[in-house]
Amino acid sequence: MTQIELRGIEKFFGAVQVIHNLNLAIADNEFIVLLGQSGCGKTTTLRAVAGLETIDKGDILIDGKPVQHLKAADRDIAMVFQSFSLYPHMTVFENVAFPLRATRMSSGEVDKSVREVARVLRITDLLDKRPSALSGGDMQRVAIGRALVRRPKAMLMDEPIGALDAKLREEMRAEIKRLHVKQGSTTIYVTHDQIEAMSLADRIVIMHEGFIQQVGTPDEVYSHPANLFVAQFVGSPVMNIAEARVADRAGAASVTVGEAPAGFEFPHRLLSKLNGHSNGGLTLGIRPEGVLVRHDAASGYMPVEASIIEPLGSFDIVDLKVGSTMLRARTKAGYVSGPGEKVHVRIDPEQAHFFDTASGKSLGVRL
Amino acid sequence: MASVALTNLDPASRAAARGWSDLTIRNLFIIPTLVFLIVFNIFPLIYSLGYSFTNFAANRSEPWQFVGLQNYRELLSDDHIWSNFVITAKYVIVSVAGQMVVGFGLALLLNRSFPMKGLITTLLLLPMMMSAAVVGLFWQLLYSPSWGPINYVFGLGDFAWLSNPDSALYAVAITDIWMWSPFVMLLSLAGLSAVPQHLYEAAAIDRAGWWYTFTRITLPLVSPILLIALIFRTMEAFKTFDIAYTMTTQPTAELIAIRLYKQAFQQWDTGKSCALAYIVLIMVLAITNLYVKYLNKVKER
Repeated sequence: MTQIELRGIEKFFGAVQVIHNLNLAIADNEFIVLLGQSGCGKTTTLRAVAGLETIDKGDILIDGKPVQHLKAADRDIAMVFQSFSLYPHMTVFENVAFPLRATRMSSGEVDKSVREVARVLRITDLLDKRPSALSGGDMQRVAIGRALVRRPKAMLMDEPIGALDAKLREEMRAEIKRLHVKQGSTTIYVTHDQIEAMSLADRIVIMHEGFIQQVGTPDEVYSHPANLFVAQFVGSPVMNIAEARVADRAGAASVTVGEAPAGFEFPHRLLSKLNGHSNGGLTLGIRPEGVLVRHDAASGYMPVEASIIEPLGSFDIVDLKVGSTMLRARTKAGYVSGPGEKVHVRIDPEQAHFFDTASGKSLGVRL
Repeated sequence: MASVALTNLDPASRAAARGWSDLTIRNLFIIPTLVFLIVFNIFPLIYSLGYSFTNFAANRSEPWQFVGLQNYRELLSDDHIWSNFVITAKYVIVSVAGQMVVGFGLALLLNRSFPMKGLITTLLLLPMMMSAAVVGLFWQLLYSPSWGPINYVFGLGDFAWLSNPDSALYAVAITDIWMWSPFVMLLSLAGLSAVPQHLYEAAAIDRAGWWYTFTRITLPLVSPILLIALIFRTMEAFKTFDIAYTMTTQPTAELIAIRLYKQAFQQWDTGKSCALAYIVLIMVLAITNLYVKYLNKVKER
């Protein structure tokens, strides 16, 4: 039972403000992912919760009690570091036992707890080895074991699998998820990898330049991005963004991007929903899967030319030249045979997002 | 093969114009060094080994005779020599232990950021940069029974540090600690700053207190470099001559090196001195070997 609350956190490194008025309430057993590019303040926030970094303003509450003045050791929080931070001169057993021995637990209990955790993490046969003899994935298992063994109030993870190779990362991602489901503890997880964030999080906190951009479930941040930053940061391949102009054309709305000669057809009600944003300062966002491509002409489809094709195995990403801009579409593998091929394209109105160009904020218009 | 691995000389260089090759240049640097080493180190070493089996005396012109192991036999059964060794052992233990504790302690204090850290570190290093003879003379003045500042500060009246047979050796050891602690400090600082910061962070998260972190993380990770400092200082302390010789004439402070000097250049017993020098060399080798073995074991972890 651990709730963590961050209230009005501000942090400066010298004259540079790295965290701006950050507010966040984390429920018991919740898996929160702080997502953002490097330098966005996510790691600093995590370290502040851990007690490795002081804050200049605000309160950090664990179970309602302010802890910002407590040392890391007194907050009863465990942390897994990106660099693993295993003690190189100790065996795996000694590493996992360290937090227990540091608090003078009896050796019988230490032994029992360590073996129990080792079993859960499947590192029992590594207990006598030294960290230098382990693979990256095993090292991180040991680091997670060292955090789990003391049954902390909360787990903090700072890019715990960022240093592993792609395949291992996927494996460990599943493992962390499995552990969280099984052990259930309040977790704050920092990453710059949006796939990791989407797959692990109960809620994602997207940060940029020290500000929280959006807090929401993976589905919320994916389907209803609050602004252009979130829209482009979450989702792969990246969402298409283009300045758009909307016109009323014979009972339908026509959305023009990139000074194209013709516009994409949208339902007429878009006009009233956009409410004054129709001309100038409007940005259209459409994920590649919302860009529909077909070979033959059909009503509502615009003839365009394919320029670059990236085959990604299960699907292709095709760059289509629309006026002066490029729209990336997701097609079946091999659907567009090569660059230069003429195809027809349409935008799925239901998947379109509209943003205010100046502020980047979503207009909240969904069809 | 070695010449293949060497880089090729730039054909436009002056050396190439003179018709030199890489090999010529290599030899130009290496041969003088080798010659120097052989003439001044290896040759005397072997030559003195030969002397140690004779009754040669450098100040007499009469022919010397081969005496076999007699020098060694006499030395090893000489109580006087053994008491010199005991004195040396006491001195080595006290002064090296002192240097390790003071030096490592200073390094712990310096291993954080504070204003004027660079200046303070440099000032602390000064003693080790002075000539030992000068240090000896300075400390003789500091220890002076009638007007030395040490007795004044500690209110010891006219306690004669250097002419009291019980204290002379320790007075010299204190001076040696003062002079060489900075060396241990310097090596320890290098070792301490090589311990990754994130391990301390992990330990803080793991709720380890200061003492637990120090004994379980800092010490084990710094111990290889501490052992290296220990090896160097033990070797040096074993050979101490200058400080002790300038500071006191007490027989209770007669280190083996002083005994050796007296035997060689006051009694002119050259052959026997060579034998004694070899006994000392073997002892130093044996002790350092023990350390090195232990060091390798520590490093393996």
